[in-house]
Amino acid sequence: MGKTNTRDRMKNEVNAGSMADIAFLLLIFFLVTTTIAEDKGVLVRLPPWSNEPPENLKMNTRNVYSVLVNADDQLLVRGESMKVEDLKEATKLFIRNPRKEANKAEDPTKAIISLKNDRGTKYRTFLTVYNELKAAYTDLRNDESEKRFGKLYEYCSRAQRDEIKKVLPVVISEAEPTSFGDES
Amino acid sequence: MATFEKKRGKASPEVSTASLPDIIFMLLFFFMMVTVMRDSELKVDVNTPEATELTKLEKKSLVNYIFVGRPKVAYRDTYGTKPRMQLGDKFSTVADIPLFLEKHKAKLPENQRQGITSSLKIDGTVTMGIVADIKTALRKANQLKVNYSAGKRVD
Repeated sequence: MGKTNTRDRMKNEVNAGSMADIAFLLLIFFLVTTTIAEDKGVLVRLPPWSNEPPENLKMNTRNVYSVLVNADDQLLVRGESMKVEDLKEATKLFIRNPRKEANKAEDPTKAIISLKNDRGTKYRTFLTVYNELKAAYTDLRNDESEKRFGKLYEYCSRAQRDEIKKVLPVVISEAEPTSFGDES
Repeated sequence: MATFEKKRGKASPEVSTASLPDIIFMLLFFFMMVTVMRDSELKVDVNTPEATELTKLEKKSLVNYIFVGRPKVAYRDTYGTKPRMQLGDKFSTVADIPLFLEKHKAKLPENQRQGITSSLKIDGTVTMGIVADIKTALRKANQLKVNYSAGKRVD
């Protein structure tokens, strides 16, 4: 009794074999639950700068969808006020023109979205409007790819995407802002 | 009873520390995943708007950041409360953009340069005036790939 032999000591040890399993379990739990801060945003390609004034292109007004945002963050679409929530559907209708109306785009390839804002417009409003316009195109492209290839646009191959891009090019032109409102 | 006493010898039970490294590694990995490296301290308040049409920025080395927002409280005495632009880690003006872009470009090999994206981290309450000026400066510097940084909107 007085002397402890090795066998006794062995029996007293806590089994640490499962510790690794617990650690892995925790690790996996954190991996699943945490969202890694990612850098995301709305990707835009700016037009190249040129010092010459742009050519005065004769464009059929029916193909131009003008969206104006004023310094009070109000929306004027083709001379009529509109809510941001309705912008996406209205834009889709304009580009697609399913009923071949005379005041909407002749063809999606000819449609031009013209976005103009004021220097006093809030950036948040600008981005929301831009996002809605882009969303309209995304929706249309998804519809088109569903129809042609039976899958969403983002899952299409490069060749398939190019095909859709040809039919539905994204043309959102940003005009120089007006400066009526107050900047802050 | 006798057997009971036998089991509890004088030996002090020791907890194995063999798995301690595992735990430490786990913590390390966890923090590695969660922390975002930021090479410049933010001097302006940036609360980006939310959007749905988001694109992920893939290669971090090809991205340069332009922050716009109101100066943080600590800098208000010096810089006021009007929206300011921050390039790298200092307050700047639109005139500093070409040099900033050029410095970033110089660090990259030539074949990667057309992939450079400018990430505009702009506070939602800022007005478009300063944004328009930045856009013009970027266009003049031929930096046309722009990403308006935004959070994911959940409807």
